[in-house]
Amino acid sequence: MAAKDDLIAIKGIREGLLLTLTADSSEWGEVTARLSVKLDEKKGFFKGARVALDVGPRPVLPHEMDSLRLLLQKREMTLWAVVSTSATTQSTARNLGLETSLVTAGESLEAPEVRSEEAGEGAVLVSRTLRNGRSVRSSGHVVIIGDVNPGAEVVAGGDVIVWGRLRGIVHAGANGDESAVVCALDLAPTQLRIAGYITVSPDDRRRKPKPEMALVRQGRIVAEAWNG
Amino acid sequence: MDTRGATVPHSGLGKSSRVITITSGKGGVGKTTVTANLAVALTHLGKRVVCIDADIGLRNLDLILGLEKRIVHDLVDVVEGRQPLAKAMIRHKTFPELYLIPAAQTRDKTAVSPVQMIRIANELRPDFDFIIIDCPAGIERGFKNAIAPADEVLIVTNPEVSAVRDADRIIGILETLERRPPAKLIINRVKPEMVRRNEMLSPGDVTDILDVDLIGVVPEDETVLIAGNKGLPDTTSRAGQAFRNIARRLLGEEVPFMNLESSGGWFRRIARLFGGGAAGKAGEG
Repeated sequence: MAAKDDLIAIKGIREGLLLTLTADSSEWGEVTARLSVKLDEKKGFFKGARVALDVGPRPVLPHEMDSLRLLLQKREMTLWAVVSTSATTQSTARNLGLETSLVTAGESLEAPEVRSEEAGEGAVLVSRTLRNGRSVRSSGHVVIIGDVNPGAEVVAGGDVIVWGRLRGIVHAGANGDESAVVCALDLAPTQLRIAGYITVSPDDRRRKPKPEMALVRQGRIVAEAWNG
Repeated sequence: MDTRGATVPHSGLGKSSRVITITSGKGGVGKTTVTANLAVALTHLGKRVVCIDADIGLRNLDLILGLEKRIVHDLVDVVEGRQPLAKAMIRHKTFPELYLIPAAQTRDKTAVSPVQMIRIANELRPDFDFIIIDCPAGIERGFKNAIAPADEVLIVTNPEVSAVRDADRIIGILETLERRPPAKLIINRVKPEMVRRNEMLSPGDVTDILDVDLIGVVPEDETVLIAGNKGLPDTTSRAGQAFRNIARRLLGEEVPFMNLESSGGWFRRIARLFGGGAAGKAGEG
């Protein structure tokens, strides 16, 4: 019995529930019966859920899919998507007006559920040097692993972090966020802007590179050394 | 940018011939001089070399090589099917293993396409060890034409901020190409005296900014200018020595960098880039 439970996995995803059927030669009737048992164990818990189904390579015929859909409907659950590598299943799903991919909803099946302690924010990561004439623009944060050469440009709605030498033009908080910061291992931009503020680097070519963070403080941009 | 020339495959693989494009972005850094001198140096090493002047409308390579008076047909005549390739090839009298395919002077860059350049290079491959393309300044059509058939790219720059800035742009563009031809750097017209006085970027400063392999440092040398005016590249000068070294490095030899000044400074910094061995030998001459 316990081993048979591995046949069906239920987990929560952003879009609702994901039911995963392990590749198995069990009869469809057996599968639906097991599922019923599993769902009824926590009846109230699944009520009203939107359900996506991953059947792996199993070919599922229209009447089989119908029986499953009915089973879910009885428990006030809605099947909205079926994911499968089987062409038969995909065609079945399409004929029933179901989605065949979760990717459109921005969630990949392989992606593990992220349960971060901190909320965090999205950022664009660029892992190479930005040479003259290249630019990166994002409404979020931008992280660059590499240099930003003179003539290159980084514009971000949020913060800009450069793990390298920052020599080009950089604009953080481009949508007006004055709390945005710019960090670099060597902060020597041609021009640095935060929100509506603008500044240039002092002209001391032979200075020693050091990590710095630029931010707006009392109405002007200041650069602070990072002292670990 | 599309310089892929989708329909014509590069047939470089598996053959010994190499298509090398000399480019810089900025004008006036010495692309044409480098092309001519490098081609001559390669013929001295027993290689068969053909130069293609891709600077249509502003051709110069024929002048530097002293072949201006012998031009009858040009690159555009070949591209437009009026002449077979062999008819546009001019053989150098002094260096019989050196040929030139001159640019047309009365047309512009749009007279040739990247695909046509690839075809021409492929047609030349069986007969030559090196096909050297002199790229026009800029990053537009002429540049795309010259880059399209390249197996390798040599970027010429001068130790000045503007030339280095443009070289960085070129390297950036090359990096975005689907087929990323390997690029190496030639720093041309270095004045050791000025470097020592901190009035000129040192080769170390330049490679620090560009982060690309260095294949040659050419000192400023009046004889190059004089030779260019005479139309006969001179490989015995100090700059000529630098070009011979680049040619040998292209052939895979490990040649230590010339000691352009007597003591220390930037030279040690480039030497370091090439490992301790080069640094040790370099001191000897």
